Amino acid sequence: MSARRAGLAAAVTALMLRDLRLALRRPGDTLQPLGFFLVVTTLFPLALDPELSVLRDIAPAALWVGALLSSLLALDLLFREDAQDGTLEQLALCGLPFTGLLLAKTVVHWLLTGLPLVLIAPLAAIALGAPYGAMPGVLAALLLGTVALSLIGAVGAGLTMSLHRNGSLLALLVLPLAAPVLIFGARATALAIALEPLAAPLYLLAAMAVLAATLAPWAVAAAVRIGLE
Amino acid sequence: MAWVWFHRFGSPPHFYRLARRLTPWFAWPAALLCAAGLVGGLVLAPADYQQGDGFRIIYVHAPAAWLSLMVYVVMASSAAVGLIWRMTVAHAVAASCAPIGASFTALALATGMLWGRPMWGTYWEWDPRLTSELLLLFLYLGYMGLRNSVDDIGRADRASAVLAIVGVVNVPIIHYSVIWWNSLHQAPTVMKFGQPTMPASMLVPLLLMLAGFTACFVALLLTRARGEVLRRERNARWVGDALGQT
Amino acid sequence: MLKFLQMGGYAVYLWPAYALTAAVVALNVAWARRSLRGAQAEARRRLAMLKVAS
Repeated sequence: MSARRAGLAAAVTALMLRDLRLALRRPGDTLQPLGFFLVVTTLFPLALDPELSVLRDIAPAALWVGALLSSLLALDLLFREDAQDGTLEQLALCGLPFTGLLLAKTVVHWLLTGLPLVLIAPLAAIALGAPYGAMPGVLAALLLGTVALSLIGAVGAGLTMSLHRNGSLLALLVLPLAAPVLIFGARATALAIALEPLAAPLYLLAAMAVLAATLAPWAVAAAVRIGLE
Repeated sequence: MAWVWFHRFGSPPHFYRLARRLTPWFAWPAALLCAAGLVGGLVLAPADYQQGDGFRIIYVHAPAAWLSLMVYVVMASSAAVGLIWRMTVAHAVAASCAPIGASFTALALATGMLWGRPMWGTYWEWDPRLTSELLLLFLYLGYMGLRNSVDDIGRADRASAVLAIVGVVNVPIIHYSVIWWNSLHQAPTVMKFGQPTMPASMLVPLLLMLAGFTACFVALLLTRARGEVLRRERNARWVGDALGQT
Repeated sequence: MLKFLQMGGYAVYLWPAYALTAAVVALNVAWARRSLRGAQAEARRRLAMLKVAS
């Protein structure tokens, strides 16, 4: 490996380990969005009908709305603290590709917030009446969806990181952009719960995740640079 | 040669003076085109065989919807130009587009609902066109919200430019996702006519209204952009001369 | 004339739609002019302050 690429790989690894270590010191930051997700999905049966056959119909909506809202909560943490204590500025000035470093931060953020949500979702899904056979589909859809959401949300997080803590502005910015992910993700989950083949929406969801992974990092870097001025 | 023109237009004092002179050249034609379109649409065009006189709402709904989308594209393009070439005028144009676009998007939604009520029986049916318009309205509101939240006008320009560019990439994705989503449930799609193609007597007024609304937008844009340029050119010397002239 | 106003029974939807459109256009014109005048007034004030300061 050339010296430059070795430098980038080492920096990315160090950055990711640092972020993980910091996050583990404050388990609340990781656990609270999960708790929020479970609470939100619990609200739906309370608002409707404890009858499982009814809940099965709204399960995709409840799971995905819960996932979206909980991701929004968690997104604020992505850049705000590092912007305030100067770490982001150091990263911007250190000469390594800023886009790659921010992408590394976003990946860690997904590992801490998106992935746990995916792993805990089957619990919520079963509580809402989904059959056991639906789990692979539910997991796959939420896996792809949370990746796309983390990437799209990172753009919003970058734009709002230096503003007053304003969750509603972040939601207003991110949710319309996330609407396609919601549409295809909920559709895939609904097909999974009905134990029907879900390849079509799943492929589209995967396409969106790939598109987000390709384009979002540039927007995130631009947004964060502007926020650091 | 074209570059010289581009740079002249991009220079704030030139733009300010040029915009002032050009505005009437768009405002009056806008009024005339809309007047002609209204006469053609309300009086001269025959009633649709399926929707009767109700279809005439298209003469305000379609231009509003067209404007809502076109203005977003203009906003995102000029924001991109402003971001890449650091042109104050481009940022001023982008900032001017947002309130115009948002209000016409809201109008498209309102007229769409008024059209839907007699046709579908309810004011709202989550049909693909209106749902896309609703999401577009949220995109505008988010853009305006972000602008208002950032105090420094230069940073507000650049941050909202990033947002506008991300938004404009998303608009086709959102549009097609919503169409796909809607097709699953066979909800009534909007605004189908009795005839497969529109006859000239119906189409010409529509084109006149579209042209009139577009000209109206340009006139509004030029007016607003002048003010936005002034706000960004705080201490430049030309401001005093220009204001003495107004 | 009355037939024209009734618009085949759709009047209650059609005329409000047109009225709304006229209102939105008028509002935009007024708003744009107000925005320009405000910016001009602000600029004049700032120039006056600069003159006083110099």
